[in-house]
Amino acid sequence: MNEPVQCRADETFVLNLGPQHPATHGVLRVKLTMDGEYIVNAEPVLGYIHRMHEKMAEDGTFAQFMPNTARMDYLHALAYNHGYCLAVERAAGIEVPERAEYIRVITVELNRLTSHLLWWAAFLLDLGGFSPLLYAFDDREQILDLLERITGSRLTYCYFRFGGVYNDIDDVFITGTYAVIKRLRSRLPRLYHDLVTHNIILKKRITGIGILSREQARRYGCTGPVARGSGIDYDVRKNEPYSVYSEFDFEVPVYEEGDSMARYMVRMDEIEQSMRIIEQALDKLPDGPVRAKVPKILKPPAGDYWASVETARGDLGHRLVCDGGKNPYKLKLRSPTFSNLSCFGEVAEGMLLADALAFMGSLDLVIPEIDR
Amino acid sequence: MDTSIWRPILYLLGFMAFAGLNAAYLGWCERKGAARIQRRTGPMEVGPQGLWQPLADGLKLMSKQLLIPQGVDGILFRVAPILAMIPALTSMAVIPFAGNVQARAVGLSVLLIFALASVGMMAVLLGGWASGNKYSLISAARAVSQNLAYEIPMLVTVITIVMLTGTMNLEQIAAAQQGGFWNWNIFPVAGHSLAQAIIMPISFVIFFICSVAETNRAPFDMAEAESELIAGHMTEYGSMGFGLFMMGEYLNMVIGACLITILFLGGWDGPLGLSGGIWWFLAKIYLLLFTVIWVRWTYPRTQIYKLLNLSWKILIPFSLVNLVLTAAFIKIF
Repeated sequence: MNEPVQCRADETFVLNLGPQHPATHGVLRVKLTMDGEYIVNAEPVLGYIHRMHEKMAEDGTFAQFMPNTARMDYLHALAYNHGYCLAVERAAGIEVPERAEYIRVITVELNRLTSHLLWWAAFLLDLGGFSPLLYAFDDREQILDLLERITGSRLTYCYFRFGGVYNDIDDVFITGTYAVIKRLRSRLPRLYHDLVTHNIILKKRITGIGILSREQARRYGCTGPVARGSGIDYDVRKNEPYSVYSEFDFEVPVYEEGDSMARYMVRMDEIEQSMRIIEQALDKLPDGPVRAKVPKILKPPAGDYWASVETARGDLGHRLVCDGGKNPYKLKLRSPTFSNLSCFGEVAEGMLLADALAFMGSLDLVIPEIDR
Repeated sequence: MDTSIWRPILYLLGFMAFAGLNAAYLGWCERKGAARIQRRTGPMEVGPQGLWQPLADGLKLMSKQLLIPQGVDGILFRVAPILAMIPALTSMAVIPFAGNVQARAVGLSVLLIFALASVGMMAVLLGGWASGNKYSLISAARAVSQNLAYEIPMLVTVITIVMLTGTMNLEQIAAAQQGGFWNWNIFPVAGHSLAQAIIMPISFVIFFICSVAETNRAPFDMAEAESELIAGHMTEYGSMGFGLFMMGEYLNMVIGACLITILFLGGWDGPLGLSGGIWWFLAKIYLLLFTVIWVRWTYPRTQIYKLLNLSWKILIPFSLVNLVLTAAFIKIF
């Protein structure tokens, strides 16, 4: 016969959320101690998709690690491309042609759009709204088609090269990008905001839920939309400009509330800002080569180098230690999602299960990036 | 031979066919409807426009092994899906589809349907409990609290109708609304006071919301909130165990739509004084079912405590006020 659910003396039970659960979007496992539907303690358990990327970097040449970068944050792969290239270029002292810098910014921002659109779709799926997924995928598909034309792949890009990019962009890409942005602009207010953002059920579901205070966000090292939703005005593109970001006019959306709605609004506003950046970059696109002359086997001088870029999820740092050889001596990644997730345990304490999952969705987790 | 023997047999066959057809093809309609809303085509491969898809699904479910996981309560686990199906089928017997199309005229048919609906809720509770799965258990607890909360405003609203018509017989309630939409309970301009005509639409909205919540449909699908509880009480079920739960759910939707049609929309009565018939009845229930599907694919899910608040703090007070006002109007006018 069936035994009743085991309860400890203090009437709590342990609920294993994941590693296979529809709401964890990957193989994240959260050990929840529950009191009814209230969470007493939440402990994320990581490591289910650990692939030793940092070790792999040490075993190959600098160029050989390039494809690995896209396999970590598969939703904003080009930013990982960019971060790694930036670190190696700083180490080896490579100058990137201006046209290549512009193309980098355009493709990275297009990729950021796809990442935010996918987050939006998945977040709504967490909240039980299925239809928005298909609307977002419609727009995402158009951008992926453009990127596929130029980069050759749709998800795990390996498009950047040390000293430039692999392929030049052409007129079809440029007119296509303008068209996609125009289409997305016309769809955003009606399909995204009227149908979803202003929906009373959604508002009641996420406003005031999962409040991450400014102090907590700072303490856990949260970056990206999670930090900006808690009132921390920090964006690597603005605060420590890399590439040609300082030449564009864009705003960093910051919300003070720190709840799930604030993080939602930050990302929705970032979609608009990314579109602004892409348009300006396309308008100002200079002529010239897209790739500098770089030796086949790179041997950067010994030293310790740091490069950080802003991915869709926050500040991605590459710490590259070189010993003068043709392999990196050590590559340490500071991935944004790891820090963003670490606040989950503290914030989820005392929350309802349904609210905690809405909060987790608003953190925009990409598990392979946490585990690497 | 006495024709009274053939009547139950015919009705039994008819209901089984109606139930099976509805359970199968409401699923198809839901998938096609969802696809239209999401700019997809939906099932297209099996038959023209995917029309044979429900048959293929049914065949697949029936040919799968009925897996009983270790550590479940064997008897309850097997009984629960059947318990989800039987009350829904039985309720069909007292529903008047048209003037004389009713298997069994029961004097207290309103009461019987609500009694059977409560038994149907037990299926969710037993299924969730017997599964020995914590998600299923949470789902069972949610389902019970949700059904308790929403049966109260529903019943209070029904009492309003019963007071207006003076009977608990569904056929007589529908018969009292014949002769055009101005006689229907949703907006009874004729025969009642104007004040009554103003509060009845509110009752209709309350009843509609409650029936969506009672049948565990989105945005109130707390019991099987897939992003929280995986599949709720159905998590451990496969094969026809799952199939019966699904069929029971769709049948409950049909019963809910039938009840709304009879209580508020004049049953088989044609609007604008057109001659009534079973076709009007079916048209009305499918319109309601389409609305339910439409709502599901448009809105995100609410949250269990907000759902309970909606019932206890808004729907129950409103339905009670409606009840008191109706009683007063009947006395005064």
